[in-house]
Amino acid sequence: MNLANLSPLAVLLPILGAALAFLLIRHHSAQRVVSIGILSATLLLECLLLISVWDGGTTSVTLGGWLPPWGVVLVVDQFSSLMLVVSTVVSLAVLIYATGQGMADGDQEAPVSIFHPTYLILVAGVSNAFLTGDLFNLYVGFEILLTASYVLMTLGGTGPRIRAGVTYVVVSVVSSVLFLIAIAMIYGATGTITMADLAIKLAELDQGTQNLLHVMLLVAFGIKAAVFPLSFWLPDSYPTAPAPVTAVFAGLLTKVGVYAMVRTETLLFPGDTLNVPLMVVALLTMIVGILGALAQSDIKRLLSFTLVSHIGYMVFGLAMSSVAGLGAAVFYVAHHITVQTSLFLVTGLIERRGGSSSIDRLGGLAKLSPLLALLFFIPAMNLAGIPPFSGFLGKLGLLQAGVELGTPLAITLVVGGVVTSLLTLLAIARVWNRAFWRRPEDAEYPDPVLKTPGNVGVLPRTMVGSTAGLVVFGVALTVFAGPLFKVADGSAGIMLDRSAYIHSVLGDSVVVPPLVRRDDVQTGDAK
Amino acid sequence: MSINLTLLIVMGVLYACGIYLILERSLTRVLLGLMLLANATNILILSTGGYAGLAPLFSKETAPEAYSDPLPQALILTSIVISFAVTAFMLGIIYRTWVLARQDEIQDDLEDVRVAKTPSFDAEDDAIVPLETSEFAVTPASPADRDKPDATETPNTATTREGGSA
Repeated sequence: MNLANLSPLAVLLPILGAALAFLLIRHHSAQRVVSIGILSATLLLECLLLISVWDGGTTSVTLGGWLPPWGVVLVVDQFSSLMLVVSTVVSLAVLIYATGQGMADGDQEAPVSIFHPTYLILVAGVSNAFLTGDLFNLYVGFEILLTASYVLMTLGGTGPRIRAGVTYVVVSVVSSVLFLIAIAMIYGATGTITMADLAIKLAELDQGTQNLLHVMLLVAFGIKAAVFPLSFWLPDSYPTAPAPVTAVFAGLLTKVGVYAMVRTETLLFPGDTLNVPLMVVALLTMIVGILGALAQSDIKRLLSFTLVSHIGYMVFGLAMSSVAGLGAAVFYVAHHITVQTSLFLVTGLIERRGGSSSIDRLGGLAKLSPLLALLFFIPAMNLAGIPPFSGFLGKLGLLQAGVELGTPLAITLVVGGVVTSLLTLLAIARVWNRAFWRRPEDAEYPDPVLKTPGNVGVLPRTMVGSTAGLVVFGVALTVFAGPLFKVADGSAGIMLDRSAYIHSVLGDSVVVPPLVRRDDVQTGDAK
Repeated sequence: MSINLTLLIVMGVLYACGIYLILERSLTRVLLGLMLLANATNILILSTGGYAGLAPLFSKETAPEAYSDPLPQALILTSIVISFAVTAFMLGIIYRTWVLARQDEIQDDLEDVRVAKTPSFDAEDDAIVPLETSEFAVTPASPADRDKPDATETPNTATTREGGSA
């Protein structure tokens, strides 16, 4: 179990890589080698971490010689290491895609010299947010990844990107300020910011104060995760960024928000005080998001709306606070990171091949580039939840958990989930019909590229290869769904039980406060 | 824990001004608002440490209550650095906006405006049934719908074809 002592490297390696990439700022090929090499090493390390906790261990690493209630701890458990592995696989694929794009285009759109170090910092921030066991360190992790994302969002400084960047930066800063206010108030109320310690001390506060702190944290994370009333910044800001940047943002950044919400709900404020409002919010996120997607004609914007909509599924799983529901949510997060990113990568390829990402201008791509059609079709069906793909399995898990819970609200959510799934299929089918199936001449404003015969605008092999790799990884999540669901359910059990987490940080002698629940049911039926 | 009233009032005023400013449409004012919010939050963190005490250097004679709480100050330092970086970046963006557009206003999203203007009538989905049942398929089925002023701007209404769900 000493392997967990290596976990700080998951954050440090990308930061070191970023420094190295900065030193090599004039040597683009060396930069590529360094950043891909560093990310591969990080991925290897994270796989080792996942293997070490595969059977349900929880280990913590104390940093800087300060013991847990005071210093910063990193905690490796099933959920955090699973998120680490999936996120790094996705970021590695996107990085290879981006280098392919940079080599093919020259680098006017996305200057490589800035891209690589910033990208590695982003990865470091994501890893830090997943690993940390300290609330303020979580804030720092968020800030690392957000600051890197500001730079990536506005790469090249073109008009639309700056406009989108302003929305994004202002909304993110406001959400960070809210998070910081919540941290300050939590510190004022309890005198600690170590999450394990908070789990004990928050329970001693009176219910009103607890609810206030709880809601403040959820609002701050809700903005980052793009949960319904707080989600309108996302479709405005994501689509204008370069394709690989949009892909990695869509895959990772909102999921870090979801991760933080899961930790808040399970570790800091367990029980079911806010489950009903969370369920309502989840339903609205699903429905409003997908209705927004149906109105779009730009594929990137459409996908951004489906991204918002599918966050609702994760919040639904979280709000059930049962092992089955939370386990399905964990699985769904892993599935959705992969699928959403692959779809954005494919959209980047569509834009290269068809000259546009608007479905009013595209047509006949299935004939022009069958490989592209295949690469789009698989993750698209996966997103819509068609059997046998992992999207179907994740949704099925959520729906089963919802039916098991059986309250009228949960049943409404189950129905809402099915409707959202069908509407996702409708939105995706619209893209498929228009961009892939109809003849180019039938498009409203066909792009001239579509009518030129032959291989115009050949797709670079690295870009297609990395996209295909990610699509295959998405399919692998389906094939290995059995073990994956076992880990997801295991992690859900550990998170809802809390004692393993708290004991691993504060030592075994600490008494874990009992859960307060309105109705004492549904704690451990999947064990 | 005792509360310092001065800090509290200053904090409240900063929050109020900050929130007022970020609701403006001018980017420079938004930036000033964000800076005020960040500083108000720093004061909030400072006030959670209670009144100032001795420097937190350990000596055996001093009682624990006499020390200042060092943790809020460490938190504030970090958050000052972060808000410094964000402010610098925002200034860069504001300068770039000014270079590109010669103005300091937040722009509307073109795609948003386009989607908002799209009429609910969609030629491909809505106009097909009358076209198929008519023997005189040359004329458009519902001229009233087709001649809407908005319809000419949107691509969806530009053509009539059969087989919307091909």
